[in-house]
Amino acid sequence: MGLDESKSIPGVARPDAPWRHDAKKSELNVIGKAIRKIDARSKVSGLTKFADDLTLPRMLHMKLLRSTVAHALIKSIDVHKARAMSGVKGVLTGQDMPIPFGILPVSQDEHALCLDKVRFVGDPIVAVAALTEEQAWDACRLIEVEYELLQTIGSVHEAAATSDPRLHDYGVRGNIHRLENLEFGDLQDGFARAEHVREDTFFFEGNTHLPMEQHATLAHFDKDGKLTIWSSTQTPHYLHRALARVLHPLPAHHIRVIACPNGGGFGGKSDPFNHEIAAAKMSMLTGRPIKIALTREEVFFCHRGRHPVLMRSKMGVTKTGRITALDFQAYLDGGAYGSYGTASTFYTGALQTVTYPVENYHFRGARFFTCKAPCGPKRGHGTVQPRFAIEVQLDKIACDLGLDPAELRLQNLAPRDSLTANFLKIGSMGLGECIQKVIDGSGWKQRRGQREITADGRIRGLGLACSSYLSGAGLPIYWNGLPHSGVQLKLDRSGLVTVFCGSTDIGQGSDSVLTWIVGEVLGVDPLGIRVVTSDTDLTPVDLGSYSSRVTVMTGNAAMQAAERAREIIARGVAEHLLVPSSRLVFADARVFDSEDPQKGMSFMDAVIAAEARFGTIGTVGSYTPPKSPAKFRGGGVGPSPSYSYSAAVVEVEVDPLTGIYRVPKVWMAHDIGRALNAAVAMGQIEGSVYMGLGEAMMEEMAYRDRSHKGHRVFVHKIPSLLEYKSPSTMEMPDVVTYVVEDPDKNGPFGAKEVGQGPLLPMMPAIANAVFDAVGVRVDENPISFEKVFAALQSKKEGKDARFGPSAGADGVPQVDFGDSLKIKTPWQGGDGTAWNEPKREKKAAK
Amino acid sequence: MSEPNKVLATFHVNSEPHECAFAPHKTLLEVLREDLDLCGTKHGCELGECGACTVQIDGTPVLSCLYLGLDAVGKQIRTVEGLANGPTLHPLQDAFADLGAAQCGYCTPGILMAAESLLQANPSPSRDEIKQGLAGNLCRCTGYLKIFEAVELAAARMRGEDAEPSKESIYGS
Repeated sequence: MGLDESKSIPGVARPDAPWRHDAKKSELNVIGKAIRKIDARSKVSGLTKFADDLTLPRMLHMKLLRSTVAHALIKSIDVHKARAMSGVKGVLTGQDMPIPFGILPVSQDEHALCLDKVRFVGDPIVAVAALTEEQAWDACRLIEVEYELLQTIGSVHEAAATSDPRLHDYGVRGNIHRLENLEFGDLQDGFARAEHVREDTFFFEGNTHLPMEQHATLAHFDKDGKLTIWSSTQTPHYLHRALARVLHPLPAHHIRVIACPNGGGFGGKSDPFNHEIAAAKMSMLTGRPIKIALTREEVFFCHRGRHPVLMRSKMGVTKTGRITALDFQAYLDGGAYGSYGTASTFYTGALQTVTYPVENYHFRGARFFTCKAPCGPKRGHGTVQPRFAIEVQLDKIACDLGLDPAELRLQNLAPRDSLTANFLKIGSMGLGECIQKVIDGSGWKQRRGQREITADGRIRGLGLACSSYLSGAGLPIYWNGLPHSGVQLKLDRSGLVTVFCGSTDIGQGSDSVLTWIVGEVLGVDPLGIRVVTSDTDLTPVDLGSYSSRVTVMTGNAAMQAAERAREIIARGVAEHLLVPSSRLVFADARVFDSEDPQKGMSFMDAVIAAEARFGTIGTVGSYTPPKSPAKFRGGGVGPSPSYSYSAAVVEVEVDPLTGIYRVPKVWMAHDIGRALNAAVAMGQIEGSVYMGLGEAMMEEMAYRDRSHKGHRVFVHKIPSLLEYKSPSTMEMPDVVTYVVEDPDKNGPFGAKEVGQGPLLPMMPAIANAVFDAVGVRVDENPISFEKVFAALQSKKEGKDARFGPSAGADGVPQVDFGDSLKIKTPWQGGDGTAWNEPKREKKAAK
Repeated sequence: MSEPNKVLATFHVNSEPHECAFAPHKTLLEVLREDLDLCGTKHGCELGECGACTVQIDGTPVLSCLYLGLDAVGKQIRTVEGLANGPTLHPLQDAFADLGAAQCGYCTPGILMAAESLLQANPSPSRDEIKQGLAGNLCRCTGYLKIFEAVELAAARMRGEDAEPSKESIYGS
């Protein structure tokens, strides 16, 4: 096999692999290299323990009975047959867990099991635990639920028009969950100064995360009164909080949440879920460990994926494409519960200003409750849909003005180290380099608009789009003044470094990020570091693996803890070697004098020297993002320590008769500040391209609107892993990836977010490429073949060469947004507050 | 609704006999995970859609979620647990680890088993042949590219070539 044993010692990287040392940055030993992930061997050996791989003695299996109707009051639940069934050990209904929960403090609108009302097909009503999974299923079938049916709300239009019945008794009014209305600068003046104005309507259909692993949970309430939950969750800290809330009076410190490695998350495992809380309660009821593993269909019920968003965008530009005014409206179909929806709503407006300056900006966002699985955060949370609209609209504007879409963007880049109209603070900004890379690589200048014909009669087109994304949210989900991430280091006399951190590895490599940073600072092999993560009993709080926050936030916390450890060790070694500590170098598992490298000791001996001098060695580090200058209500969503940038050119080949197209090649550039690990960063970028491709070409969380005995139900069109349709190996194009490194002062070693940003340009770039090829616009995502065909037909008939939502009065729902909050832009002398905002009571920090 | 009678049988998994009593309606996936405690084989759909449960039977990749446990009795079953040779990883596993072809790692066991079968049948597959060979295995993390590159790298190493990944695949263009 060509491998000798020395290359395969468990847990040790192949030290002789020459390409490991082919890094760009010679001064760093770990950062930027392609070192294996800390868990790579486990993962390729099938030894990583996911939640459903865990079992405990005497474990029971739990199943949930779910609603078969879309909207109804629960009149009665008869569980006595189920309870009497052989093997059944426990039955729970909503009354057993009456305290509501939800990820955001402003929308505590879920119950572990529906209390008195069901709001979508799939809402859980009863939990049954039995000796076997089959018995639990069978028992569920014996349960009789009597409903009083209510009118079904199926769309944003229906929700806007129906004030009664309401899905929830909170929100703005009727079935409107949130309304946001923010005005930055002087729109009237902006449009007056515009030399060209366009107004377009776009629709972005919802889609879902589709992680390969279905959610699973194991709960154990032990005889000492302590509860332990192992779960496939991205946010063990938030799950811990939700459990403590619902299981009251069980004290929070009696609850231990262990997040198992996630078999893919993409945002879909970021909420506390019904099944997690019900499993905990069931274990308390039965005194036995409880396992629940969701079926694929149930994962579709959990959803929390991309919101369907209807958008209207009016953009005013100068002849060179400078945006003088943007009036943007977003209408979100939120599904049945709040979830992250408040944040999602703000995110449909927040990041429009971070790529190209918008001089004056008006954002209106509305989120509605409908009788469908709740929507929430998916990779690119809330910013994906408006980015599609903006990037397609810019392409149209370039067309209108006779400009090259790449030049239009290059001439109008948001400046680095600047404030946007909505007071977001941009730091490093590599979008210009990203655009340059992809247009050079793809031959954009020569090939765009050429409409080359392929051997099989298809027409080739190129499309360009850009994006920006957060490196973590500037504010936590619940208001507090505490660090967002904490790390503890334990060093012992064996030379072992153990990193404790609450962050959760969902496949992105966050456990490895900790080892690379600590390994670099302490000069030790990252593969020799032990990581203990995502265990609320053992690890300091990290808010969770969402919003691309981990690299920057836990990275900074790890860096601080490691630097503190280095300082302690250096003092011990300095005394021992009689060398000033400032001259000591930590590298190659040694600590030595930079002026006389022979003079030094092994890292292990250095730890021993320090321990002898100072006692047991442990350090901590924590990270809180910088304070945002945005002080207006709603200004909490959008700020981030730094922003990543991406640019893509996509090549399509479209059949002009059928609208069927393929994507043979993608050029993607991603400014990530600094790659902490080259191969892993590449994998994140390629994964984003893939997921964006799926969203653009085929993925949709589409529902059938069916009537049963006069009651409308919305059921997922195709709740199966295959028929939902995601790209297979056969659809994946060649990708030319450019890693652009514009280090940011807020990131560890300059690193920013990697892996959410490059998803965003894929959909608009494909829409723009289709236009370049066959001259039709698809203003609706997914850009499915039948929509391209419909647009081609429309063009052929001499009508609008477009497929998309109606731009007329029937287009967007009629909603009274009320008065806007008016905020002066930084260049108007604004201070980040709204001048017409009623005074808010200051919340006291706890 | 009483428990169906269990049957007793011996499974040959990774060249070892495993005697086990199991419910006869169980799929091979369920027998492996629940009765033999071999949890390396994963499930994504249990409907034969995603490929996560791929194992080899007599050298051929099969979807263990669609394969009755009873039908596997007397056959040679190979799972991801049987790929490595003691502490030495299979070249495919090594290449997957080197290139980051396993991100969350959930689809990885199935993809490794499908890829191993592919390389058994075709030691020098083209990129298109690799795509065809893995078309039944879904992955949501990687975009497949690192997987293709890892299979190519492993194939070259298994042919005895001193192969290493291209600079572009590690550092970009």
